[in-house]
Amino acid sequence: MDAKRFDRRGLLIGGVLVGSAGAASALRDGQLGAPPQNYSGTLPWKEGVADVPPIAEPGGFRFFTDAERAFIEPAIDRLIPPDSHGPSASQADVHVFLDRQLAGLFGRGDHFYLGGPWPKGTPEQGYQSRLSPAQVYRATIPAIEGYVREKFRGMKFIQLPVGGQDQVLKDLESGKAALANADGQLFFTMFLQNVLEGYFSDPIYGGNKDMAAWKMIGFPGAHYDYREWAGRHGQRVPFPQVSIKGRPGWSEA
Amino acid sequence: MATRLPPIDVVLVGFGWTGAIMGQQLCDAGLDVLALERGVWRDTPTDFAPTFAQDELRYMWRHHLFQNLANDTLTIRNNTNQQALPMRRLGSFLLGNGVGGAGVHWNGQIWRFLPSDFKAYSHNRERYGNAAVKAYDMTVQDYPFTYEEIEPYYDMFDKVCGTTGKAGNLRGQIQPGGNPFEGARSSEYPNPPLPLTYGPTLFAEAAAKLGHKPFPHPNGNMSRPYTNPLGVQLGQCTYCGFCEKFGCGNYSKASAQTTILPYLMTKSNFSLRTECQVLKVEKTADGKRATGVTYIDSAGKEFFQPAEIVILSAYVLQNVHLLLLSGIGKPYDPKSGEGVVGKNYAYQTMGSVNVFFKDKILNPFIGAGSLASVVDEFNGDNFDHSGLGFIGGGYLAQMNTGGRPIEMIYTPEGTPRWGLAWKQAAAQNYLRSLNISCHGSMMSHRGNYLDLDPTYRDGFGRPMLRMTFDFTDNERKMSAYIVGKAAEIGRAMDGASSIKAASRKGSWSVVPYQTTHNTGGAITGDNPRNSVINKYLQNWDVSNVFVMGAGAYPQNAGYNPTATLAALAYHSAAVIKNQYLKNPGPLVQG
Repeated sequence: MDAKRFDRRGLLIGGVLVGSAGAASALRDGQLGAPPQNYSGTLPWKEGVADVPPIAEPGGFRFFTDAERAFIEPAIDRLIPPDSHGPSASQADVHVFLDRQLAGLFGRGDHFYLGGPWPKGTPEQGYQSRLSPAQVYRATIPAIEGYVREKFRGMKFIQLPVGGQDQVLKDLESGKAALANADGQLFFTMFLQNVLEGYFSDPIYGGNKDMAAWKMIGFPGAHYDYREWAGRHGQRVPFPQVSIKGRPGWSEA
Repeated sequence: MATRLPPIDVVLVGFGWTGAIMGQQLCDAGLDVLALERGVWRDTPTDFAPTFAQDELRYMWRHHLFQNLANDTLTIRNNTNQQALPMRRLGSFLLGNGVGGAGVHWNGQIWRFLPSDFKAYSHNRERYGNAAVKAYDMTVQDYPFTYEEIEPYYDMFDKVCGTTGKAGNLRGQIQPGGNPFEGARSSEYPNPPLPLTYGPTLFAEAAAKLGHKPFPHPNGNMSRPYTNPLGVQLGQCTYCGFCEKFGCGNYSKASAQTTILPYLMTKSNFSLRTECQVLKVEKTADGKRATGVTYIDSAGKEFFQPAEIVILSAYVLQNVHLLLLSGIGKPYDPKSGEGVVGKNYAYQTMGSVNVFFKDKILNPFIGAGSLASVVDEFNGDNFDHSGLGFIGGGYLAQMNTGGRPIEMIYTPEGTPRWGLAWKQAAAQNYLRSLNISCHGSMMSHRGNYLDLDPTYRDGFGRPMLRMTFDFTDNERKMSAYIVGKAAEIGRAMDGASSIKAASRKGSWSVVPYQTTHNTGGAITGDNPRNSVINKYLQNWDVSNVFVMGAGAYPQNAGYNPTATLAALAYHSAAVIKNQYLKNPGPLVQG
């Protein structure tokens, strides 16, 4: 075997992030999306190129209509209510996270297979809808409001007392709520998962405002080196929370 | 019409662990090797630099490094009475894609199977009788080689990866502090174990109190800087807790990128083409030799690449799919039990025990892929199965892989999934709970197999692969037994206030993540009637086609599959170099 040494630490130090996040990640993500390449004779590497994460942009709502927000904002605060431990979902901007996710690649069903035919499957066969996540939200929220109107004499979800809101969410979760032209249980499963994602993911995606959800549980965030702490059993790690965006080496070129 | 390219000695279909191993071995033997990879080039500084690698949403939940099902999926069902439907969302297993394959986002768990695992049929039959290996419609088979035959190749992989650990059996001598059940190792691990964090320490103390022999999990997470025999350097792990489902930003986790590619990519007789999907292995008119492969690139151009040797080195599901689409080997028929391609598909039977503490701060986020304490008393045939009603077993491990909060917040029994009670439980328990993984075997069964779907087609118009799979009572009983043993350890842990145990019940579901240890379908055996490939991974019918990977396993042992498939690749490469090249043709007479 060839005993030639390869020192790649040098490469790492130069790893500053530049480039357009959206275009770069769309190109690199998944097979048959980028042009074919031939590699031979050397380990390919280009200075200043990195597959940087797609950051949520600030500003107004991109996906949700006002009517949808009137359901989403109270509903996420029933899933994660305010209390002394930490913020509610809306206090952590989870609705902003959901909006950006549904307006983006996830909403369009990136990484889902949505081709037909679409017969009803068994629970074990998992997701069998023809709808992308954005379509699921768009179709199901009005159907839930219709269900609420019928069950609570013309009221909207936002007008219900919290006990009534909880009951509607439980009926969606259990499949008991029969919705017109929508699958409430499928929606609820996706909704709860997305709310947890918004609450606990890195703030670069629009939720987990001020890293308050991480502070609540004691997760330090995107730290890189815990070597000093591996052997210190039972002690609290004193590192302040850090986001990917707060890390040294971050730049928004 | 496909453009015909100049011929080459070897074409590799897929470029993950086995592709990199075969590429390195055969290039060093002087052959011209071309790898075709359907995904993109990926490497540490550009694709998972530590400046942005610690991102749970992007990598775990948005599947950034995984196979995109929009482009390629399979159909799934539990049994032949159901209609198979597409896997529309990744869940149970997280398939890889791109250079490095699933080896980019693994945990680095480097296990050898037990010597008795290679004789699962004859060993269990001898000890427990014929019924024990035939119950539940089991179709368990022996490997056509022994542990001792492939031990040198396990050793080779350990040295390439810089595996950390403590030997339990060194050349037949049992060593304190290691796994006393493992097969004899020819040498100690190249690197010492990782330091144990609090959870694995509590687990090891409780296990020892119960009379078990805990040991550090063998793994490819570096406990110190390491230079492997190819001259490639790895760095010390920093326990960032983003390992499985993530690429390592720190060159600390063994992968094709961190152990082989820096060496292989500079070889003048090696080349790699990315964004090239192989559609079919082409054969001569008599069907006895492969002439090469047809592939399509991302620009939509079709090519025929002639080759003297075709090596299928993609993931098990792609390898089996390509065999079926290319008409190599007779497809398996579960009704008659005849045919071989797709036979004995198996998986892993996972269970878990969560343990909760009132006042211990465990810091679960200080982790590495396989930073763990393990007991192996209940794996394979390390214990007497008389009267238990199952064969097989699994290891029990307190794995401190990380504390990623979307995935890894454990709440006590009876906690609701949302609302104030959930929130309070999450805030209380995140730092004060841990998970014991119960990593169980999966025997092969007559009704579990892979074939081509009659309805659904992929983006190239080819029938999708169809998976028909369920657990049987052999697995459910095994899981209940080993989870019970893990619960005993959990209850014995110092300061434990409650536990929550989950063994494998009911049917296999594609929804919750379990493990990406799909096996079988292109199994190895001692004759063409019971297997797809011989002991050197050579196809019985088309002798210049070699099929790598965990597809070779006649059933799945209670260990992670990577080290064994790497050892089988090195074994195959050695025989290709030393025998096949001198006299191409069948290496074993069927």
